[in-house]
Amino acid sequence: MAYSEKVMEHYTNPRNVGTLNKDSKSVGTGLVGAPECGDVMRLQIEVDENNVITDAKFKTFGCGSAIASSSLATEWLKGKTIDEALEIDNMDIVEELALPPVKIHCSVLAEDAIKSAINDYRVKNGFEPFELAKSHH
Amino acid sequence: MELPIYLDNNATTPLDPRVLEAMLPYFTNKFGNAASRNHAFGWVAEEGVDYAREQAAKLIGCTEKEIIFTSGATEADNLGIKGVYEMYQDKGNHIITATTEHKAVLDTCKHLEKLGAKVTYLKVKEDGLIDLQELEAAMTEQTILVTIMYGNNEIGVVQPVKEISAIAHKYGALFMTDATQAVGKIPVNVNTDGIDLMAFSAHKMYGPKGVGVLYVRRKNPRVKVTAQMDGGGHERGMRSGTLNVPGIVGLGKACELCLLEMGSEAKRLSGLRDKLEGALTVLEESYVNGNVEHRLPHVANISFKYVEGEGLMMAMKDLAVSSGSACTSASLEPSYVLKSLGLSDDLAHSSIRFGLGRFTTEEEIDYAIENTKKAVNHLRDLSPLWEMFKEGIDLSKIEWAEH
Repeated sequence: MAYSEKVMEHYTNPRNVGTLNKDSKSVGTGLVGAPECGDVMRLQIEVDENNVITDAKFKTFGCGSAIASSSLATEWLKGKTIDEALEIDNMDIVEELALPPVKIHCSVLAEDAIKSAINDYRVKNGFEPFELAKSHH
Repeated sequence: MELPIYLDNNATTPLDPRVLEAMLPYFTNKFGNAASRNHAFGWVAEEGVDYAREQAAKLIGCTEKEIIFTSGATEADNLGIKGVYEMYQDKGNHIITATTEHKAVLDTCKHLEKLGAKVTYLKVKEDGLIDLQELEAAMTEQTILVTIMYGNNEIGVVQPVKEISAIAHKYGALFMTDATQAVGKIPVNVNTDGIDLMAFSAHKMYGPKGVGVLYVRRKNPRVKVTAQMDGGGHERGMRSGTLNVPGIVGLGKACELCLLEMGSEAKRLSGLRDKLEGALTVLEESYVNGNVEHRLPHVANISFKYVEGEGLMMAMKDLAVSSGSACTSASLEPSYVLKSLGLSDDLAHSSIRFGLGRFTTEEEIDYAIENTKKAVNHLRDLSPLWEMFKEGIDLSKIEWAEH
């Protein structure tokens, strides 16, 4: 299967690879997927007092599409408010990266990672976690 | 050196130019039907087929009459297993095979189960070899066939074929082997190995695609298979259909070349394979899969822990290799062969198969080593699992949100 140019581009030059201090109160961490399934994403956001995401980092164990999906997600997250970030839909990622049907789960995982990071941030700061939609699988 | 480098010779091999040369006339002026007995066009084609039959027979130590040409190893596996089941049904309905067989064998056995066959799927040990005691314990009076592959296509381990055939014969069963990966690579002799039926194909040994062989023993014992393709009664009635003359001529030439060069090639390739394996297992947390003593000379299957195979292959973009990961399949299930060895799913997802071949050079292996090392390190920099491992976190203790 050939990868789209955009997947290749993110895969070759992944944006925002790295680690934020997961113990910091302003950082939310989402760790989703499982090694047995062949993909694990860790996505982290740093949020300021105005609920704006000032930084985002990721590390992903997975195929090229999983890496590209999480790289793209971090790019989109920076500068967005939490509410805006919650609106990112996996199908936006599918469209942007031209993912084929067999790779849609990679975008779902990226969306899950975003929501999971936001919830981690919320819980840390004394808010109720958002009710997450059931896994798409 | 040209890029990309082909290191997937267990999937298929390039056609040797000498094979192509032998085939070419049979596409043009020697186009006859080998079954046309009444004119020179037919005779010339038949001569080509007869010569190929001799070349193939010589490679595996049998007589020409024991060679049945098919469309490939998959058809040969089907014909051998289904043909024996149909022919010997009155003797019994039990077949023994192993979980690491190729799908051409496993799915054929599953098909026969629906028709009333009883099939035992032997598990393999951690090194990929079957347990001979388990085989013997599984033999019954109803056992008509034991079918165990010669060399494995994913990890390259070579089964103790002589011992297996001896056990099969002790209990009056026939022994068949799918030797697609072994024939032409290591010495395979149907008499010293005690083989009654054997499948192999041309395109794994520098011949053309679309042609293979089922060897069917004619003496001690005389084995018969029921045809699965009915028609003009070609191939002694066991496989009807106009013979693929250019393909068969190519297969014959490929066999001749393998017989000639096998000894020196096996030595050269195992040397290169050992170099590759040695250099790559220097990387932390990398493991060779399968028995390293009893194996084919040209295959290396290595798991690089904490990186995913498909992602890794993308970083090795100048290398054509394959992975036990199956991120593209709907099931997300990694290789059943690696799982049969007891490998955890994550290690199976992290595996890469390097398949060397006749045209692989040392320069290419040196390049592959550097390219792979770089790719593994790059992917580990991206891997949250690698980071956690380095921090001393026990990944098995984490509750993963399986999806």
